[in-house]
Amino acid sequence: MKHYKELKNHQREIYFFRLRLTLSLIFVVVLASILVARLVYLQIIRHSDFTTLADKNRISVVPIVPNRGLIQDRNGVVLAQNYSGYTLEISPAKVVNLEATIDSLATLVNITAKDRKRFKKIRTESQTSNSYPIRYRLNDAEVALFASQRFRFPGVEIKARLFREYPYRDKTAHLIGYVGRINDKDFAMLEKANLAENYRGSDYIGKIGIEQSYESELHGTTGFEQVEVDAAGRGVRVLSRTPPQPGNTLTLTIDVKLQEIAELAFGNLRGALVAIDPTNGEILAFVSKPGYDPNLFVDGIDTETWDALNNSLDTPLYNRALRGQYPPGSTIKPFMALAGLDANKRTPAYSINDPGYFTLPGSRHQFRDWKVGGHGRVDMFKSIVISCDIYYYGLAIDLGVDGMHDYLVKFGFGKKTGLDMDGESPGLVPSTAWKRKRYNQPWYPGDTVSVGIGQGYSLVTPLQLAYATAVLANDGIGYRPHLVKHAPLKTAYPSKTHEAPIDIQLQIKPEHLELVKRAMVAVTLPGGTAAIAGSGAGYSFAGKTGTSQVVGIKQGEKYVAKNVDERHRDHAWFIGFAPADKPRIALAVLAENTGTGGSVAAPIARKVIDYYLLGKVPHTAPPIKTKLEAAHD
Amino acid sequence: MIKQLQRRFTAHLDPLLISGLAALMLVSLVLIYSASGGSMDRMLGQFVNILVALAALWLVANMPLHYLIRSAVPIYILGMMLLIGVALFGEIQNGARRWLNLGVATIQPSELMKIAVPLMMAWYFERHEATLALKNYLVAALILAVPFALILRQPDLGTALLIGASGFYVLFLAGLSWRVILGLGLSALASAPFVWHALHEYQRQRILMLLDPSQDPLGKGYHTIQGMIAVGSGGLLGKGYMQGTQTQLEFLPEPTTDFIFAVNSEEFGLLGNLILLAIYLFIMWRGFIITANASTYFTRLMAGSITLTFFTYAFVNIGMVTGILPVVGVPLPLVSYGGTSMLTLALGLGMLMSIHSHKTLVQS
Repeated sequence: MKHYKELKNHQREIYFFRLRLTLSLIFVVVLASILVARLVYLQIIRHSDFTTLADKNRISVVPIVPNRGLIQDRNGVVLAQNYSGYTLEISPAKVVNLEATIDSLATLVNITAKDRKRFKKIRTESQTSNSYPIRYRLNDAEVALFASQRFRFPGVEIKARLFREYPYRDKTAHLIGYVGRINDKDFAMLEKANLAENYRGSDYIGKIGIEQSYESELHGTTGFEQVEVDAAGRGVRVLSRTPPQPGNTLTLTIDVKLQEIAELAFGNLRGALVAIDPTNGEILAFVSKPGYDPNLFVDGIDTETWDALNNSLDTPLYNRALRGQYPPGSTIKPFMALAGLDANKRTPAYSINDPGYFTLPGSRHQFRDWKVGGHGRVDMFKSIVISCDIYYYGLAIDLGVDGMHDYLVKFGFGKKTGLDMDGESPGLVPSTAWKRKRYNQPWYPGDTVSVGIGQGYSLVTPLQLAYATAVLANDGIGYRPHLVKHAPLKTAYPSKTHEAPIDIQLQIKPEHLELVKRAMVAVTLPGGTAAIAGSGAGYSFAGKTGTSQVVGIKQGEKYVAKNVDERHRDHAWFIGFAPADKPRIALAVLAENTGTGGSVAAPIARKVIDYYLLGKVPHTAPPIKTKLEAAHD
Repeated sequence: MIKQLQRRFTAHLDPLLISGLAALMLVSLVLIYSASGGSMDRMLGQFVNILVALAALWLVANMPLHYLIRSAVPIYILGMMLLIGVALFGEIQNGARRWLNLGVATIQPSELMKIAVPLMMAWYFERHEATLALKNYLVAALILAVPFALILRQPDLGTALLIGASGFYVLFLAGLSWRVILGLGLSALASAPFVWHALHEYQRQRILMLLDPSQDPLGKGYHTIQGMIAVGSGGLLGKGYMQGTQTQLEFLPEPTTDFIFAVNSEEFGLLGNLILLAIYLFIMWRGFIITANASTYFTRLMAGSITLTFFTYAFVNIGMVTGILPVVGVPLPLVSYGGTSMLTLALGLGMLMSIHSHKTLVQS
């Protein structure tokens, strides 16, 4: 009995066991099916997603920075170039103790306190970069020394790079500008313009001047190399390569020799000079004094040098030619004369008697002439030659402020010329509407009087005045002033227009033009305000002197230069063109705080024109003052 | 004469199991060579592991079953002592106390328990076969629970879960009532929050990472993501032998050990994976046959547990690499590089063969 029961139990037991085993088998099949389903999902359904991810893992796109385009003058003289050199760069993320690392680096290569300060500055300005230069322009010995010790410096590397260099230094500083390291602000701007991709790997961007305005042409197109990398980021092999497109070489309209002569002619004076070819708008010289060494900015300027430049009373960083706004003074008179003729308010023969002062009807306020006692009988021709103020006071009243405004703006005053450089100032031609809007005040006849001789609210930039002079010289036809002659079109970016459009087309009666030009020629002849500067020119030299007041002079007071603080002294102006009958060059010269146009500004213009027309290289001699010129306001 | 020797040598080796096993070992060598970037050293090391494992397998397969039964208690006691030793004097590596330095060698006693626990439980059930009551299941559960808890504390979640699984399979095959299984399942669910609380931070991280591997792609989720990328990018036919970019460019972590399945997936594709799975299922099938035909209670439980545990290894590893299970550090059975796991698995398979070949002997 017992045996039977055990036997039955045994069979039951086996039955139950096999049942459980079968369930286990089902369990295994279910789990295996889950795996197969998962594998099908990953390897078939999501295959392409993961292939993309795998490629993203292994393919690193390495940018190849294009060589920046050169900048050369109209004769092919290089003004901005690239040279290759070595930098010592630190990746702070890979360095444990930064200060200690720099200290021990300093035992190998020369690292000055300035280098350290600059390094700090560069780091704070650019968070997007991960490697920052501590030293530039290592020499071969330094490179060799570091290379032998580099195992001691993880996170420190020597990199071969192209550097920007400006061989003419301060002489072209305000013209060419400079490139600088891309900072966070630049980067944000690039991202906004959708250009960040093209700047991958680029360290520099144009910050100011031509370098900035023509950035898109100079930079070129970044090339790319697809490199297969392993998990540690080491390159294994190159998969494909898209070569970079170097930036365009820019040919400027500038004649750098002319630019140098203009620079030298200024000596230690502050000021600006803009020379234009009136027949096509090409800018021949573009000077702002003092300049600065743009090379300082390329590698990141250190704080001390920057402060010295930025806080200098001479404001060397200020582009006077482009941005400086000054009252035009008497240089406005030829344009005023044309306005008077055009509006029939004056005839060439009409003359006034100049007693040395001018009063408005019903007022005792005296507007004085620069010459005590006056010039006597003055017609239009003489008014320009001797720069008679009284003549223009009356003309201003007859034209009215809006009459002057409407005519002067036709010469491009009061608005940007459209020069192909960013940052231009617009100047100001006052009008009743302007004063109402600006000051919410009515216009007073007294305001009109000073506008007539280019004082009061009137403001021009040296560029504007040069342009207006060019328009006058070219009989009323104004080609838009420009600095870049041409750039071969090969980048992906649309190029700016290099054929200057005609912006100004004035219908001026030939006899009017003839009179004004003849008078301007007489300015540089004996009896004129620029007679000394014009003597022995050997070509017909048309010009006009001017002085712009820095501080007002009280009633009954006489302006005496030596009594006035140097920086409150008047600015000297000169505008001119030559040869007068067929002008090839027109210019405006400003010399700050130096007094009269005829003695200081006109000789500078003469030297520039002498070189341009005759190829004459001047001996550098200080300008001589004549009695007439010294006296002229 | 030679033929006779050969016959004696192979008498206890199951040809079907051996061929499945050999296939896996061959796959192992092929994959390790690729995963180590064409290094002979790593492959030769694994070859030695294989030889040692095969020798152990042959020994166990030729061992009469009563040796096995008799060895159950001493092995279990030895294992427990070593585990307690680990808890008290163990060496800490990578934040876990798993190793015991015996002076001559550093061993990982939890590996031994993979065999010892089911062996002990099967032995216990065999002894009480005639009078099985709930009490016996409780005792058996205790045999499992103590080493399980010790290993979990080390902490070694992967090994603990595998031992837990192998023990559970014994309980299940021994006829644990459905009510208890259901009750256990429910209480496991209910206790999940407490278990979560008891888990080590890195274990929680692994589970969280499984839910969303992308939240820390270069940190803890990196392994899972890179594994899935390798598997997914392999596609249907794979990138070709030694052509897997994830593997060859070292994006894949642990390519010779825990993530070797991803190497197979990347270089041989879904097709290669299905073949590999087929080999495992073939071994499974053979294991089930042997289990079903086993003659005694002990051998049935033992064979069943070994077979199911072997598959569990494979499932957990593949599940981990393909991102459906957390990364718990379970090797792919007989394929991943490593002597210890290879040896443990070979011992288990050796027992299966022994159970099959000594069946008639025991019955008679």
